[in-house]
Amino acid sequence: METEFTPFASLAGGALIGAAAVALMAVVGRIMGATGILAGFVQPASSSDWTWRAAILAGMLTGPLAFFALTGGFPEISVPISTPLLALGGVIVGLGVTYGAGCTSGHGVCGMARLSPRSIVATLSFMVGTAITVYVMRHVLGLGV
Amino acid sequence: MSKSVVKLASLYAIGLVFGLGISMSGMANPAKVLNFFDVFGTWDPSLMFVMGGAVVVTFFGYKRVLRRPGPLLETRFNLPATHQIDARLIGGSLVFGIGWGIAGFCPGGALPALGTGRYEVIVFVAALVVGIFIAKALQKATAKSKTARA
Repeated sequence: METEFTPFASLAGGALIGAAAVALMAVVGRIMGATGILAGFVQPASSSDWTWRAAILAGMLTGPLAFFALTGGFPEISVPISTPLLALGGVIVGLGVTYGAGCTSGHGVCGMARLSPRSIVATLSFMVGTAITVYVMRHVLGLGV
Repeated sequence: MSKSVVKLASLYAIGLVFGLGISMSGMANPAKVLNFFDVFGTWDPSLMFVMGGAVVVTFFGYKRVLRRPGPLLETRFNLPATHQIDARLIGGSLVFGIGWGIAGFCPGGALPALGTGRYEVIVFVAALVVGIFIAKALQKATAKSKTARA
């Protein structure tokens, strides 16, 4: 399925993601990693550790509403694969980000911005993993094209 | 206003900016994310602009912020203490890539998308949480068997 090339919206969205990461570091001194925030939310170390994560997550969830207020529509979400595959992908992502200790936001944005060798290696690894998987899914198995 | 209210309100606002950024960028849209990786098919290079924008802003922002003695509402910066590059990091990240390539959602893209109430996002996030729990249980079990052997 074709999607429209959106350099300006994507750049602006990326800049906002970066601004949020910088603000989180400035205010509470933490890395903006979705994996870490979610993992500590579903398995909290203490109640104070839970509250700050809940506040960020609540903000994240209202992001699409803010988008609606600005544009009059919700962000487009098209899932090109079946629900069982989507769920399988979700479980695999959960396993991977826990062992890899981070995802696109933690390693890919915050870690890369800190020029952390660990995050650069992690980001290259998952980008390669994703590219190979997409190639196999679409051009070998013919799924989700 | 108490300090904790200010803190929670700022955290909420930060989450909101992140969620708005994800919504604008296209990272909440699996079709778009997967197309970035499909160079030999329906390629859409937009994701490069998302990563570029985010990394550049964070790079310069962190430079300024980390020069300060500490964050505004906490005592110190809480930066990752691990620097090890090992099989666990690379293997875990490769596995994440496989899952991302199948589903098209990454955690940071999916969490804000939950706010749309779409069932596909709920399915993905529920499965993601299951995966996190399985991995944590596995890590606990391997750590235990290691101490038992030692």
